[in-house]
Amino acid sequence: MTKSRFPANRTPEIGAFFQRDRNWHPPAFTPAYKTSVLRSPQRPLLSLDNTLSELTGPVFGHNILGELDNDLIYNFAGPGESAIGPRILVYGRVLDERGIGVAGALLEIWQANAGGRYRHKKETYLAPLDPNFGGCGRTITGEDGSYCFRTVQPGPYPWPNGPNDWRPAHIHFSIFGHGFAQRLITQMYFEGDPMIWRCPIVRTINDRRAIEGLTAALDMEATMPMDARAYKFDIVLRGRRSTPFENRIEGS
Amino acid sequence: MVQGLSRLKESASQTAGPYVHIGLTPNFVGISGVYERDLGAAMVADKTKGERIRVNIRVIDGAGSPLKDALVEIWQADAAGIYNSPSDLRGSADPNFTGWGRLPTDMTTGECMFETIKPGRVPFFDGRKMAPHLTVWIVARGINIGLHTRMYFGDEETANAEDPVLMRIEQRERVSTLVAPRDGDIYKFDIHLQGMNETVFFDI
Ligand SMILES: [Fe+3]
Repeated sequence: MTKSRFPANRTPEIGAFFQRDRNWHPPAFTPAYKTSVLRSPQRPLLSLDNTLSELTGPVFGHNILGELDNDLIYNFAGPGESAIGPRILVYGRVLDERGIGVAGALLEIWQANAGGRYRHKKETYLAPLDPNFGGCGRTITGEDGSYCFRTVQPGPYPWPNGPNDWRPAHIHFSIFGHGFAQRLITQMYFEGDPMIWRCPIVRTINDRRAIEGLTAALDMEATMPMDARAYKFDIVLRGRRSTPFENRIEGS
Repeated sequence: MVQGLSRLKESASQTAGPYVHIGLTPNFVGISGVYERDLGAAMVADKTKGERIRVNIRVIDGAGSPLKDALVEIWQADAAGIYNSPSDLRGSADPNFTGWGRLPTDMTTGECMFETIKPGRVPFFDGRKMAPHLTVWIVARGINIGLHTRMYFGDEETANAEDPVLMRIEQRERVSTLVAPRDGDIYKFDIHLQGMNETVFFDI
């Protein structure tokens, strides 16, 4: 995690981030998602101009990655084995709000197996574990912000909230851009899944377009023939002001 | 009609959920053999410069119970006040200090303990010096968008009194929610999500 591992031909950007649109993101207090009731701050957030503490952030080098880190079908499987389920590629780009690819972004994902079961001791769903599926993967974006994972499509699963609430099939994403203020965790959903619009967690988001922005499109052109279908999922991080005129003193 | 600005919208946040550990600290939940070690578990090495400290963090819900399924990340400057980031153009940070840590809260006690060093002072955007602080980011089941706050150090009264961010807090009694008292080499930082002592969270 040193500066030398940062993509060499990019000048680091130091401009302040665009303000976060809090009407686009889910609010903290969403009573239909019951756990949020006791875990949502109730006082207004204190607005703060970005300082170096928010403009900077850790950068991760490719040296942290193992060869199978972005292949969930094989990264936990025994020798000669592979995870069970519909094989898919999940690919796309990490962009910022200006449409510029974010190079060197660390993506970490986790998901249930094809039956909808997580490998976690708190998980109680009766669907079985797959001995060859761990459920985590990670990768770092290339120069143009592109990334790719291979995995199995996760199953939907029931969860304790309402008497009969089910999560749509989804993959959790954690993303590091270049500034700590860009830190983001979200979820990817699958085109055409009727469970999306019934889910209280999805519906913590008020704007339909924001939900559509988390829904990956099936892309048959990007399929690996006789191996895996493809879903395209672009992720957008906060943009930065690029200052054509120096109008503010940064630091000392 | 006018020309469009052709900006994209940031991807909407969704909760990290109850199984965030599978993705971010898999070894902690027994998924071994995928990653050698959990990222962010070690911030310091033998040669790291600065005063060694420990930071004990709890995240407490509106009923007064510590969260046992939260994930906490901290980001801080090195002992000289430089961030280990390409966007800090003021100089090179200590190569033996990552500046970034990630820990799950304990599934029984709800605590996590970062082993780190005390950061130096970093300038505010107008050049005034901020007091030493950690930037803290919290995600968990029931938290729809990650929460940003800061931890300041209880034994830095003078620096804290002139900190431009703390000075901006109008309700002065809330300043103390960001200041962790020191006990030996441990700073204890309780983050209250709600209630009388609700921690100040930032929109940054
Ligand atoms: Fe999930």
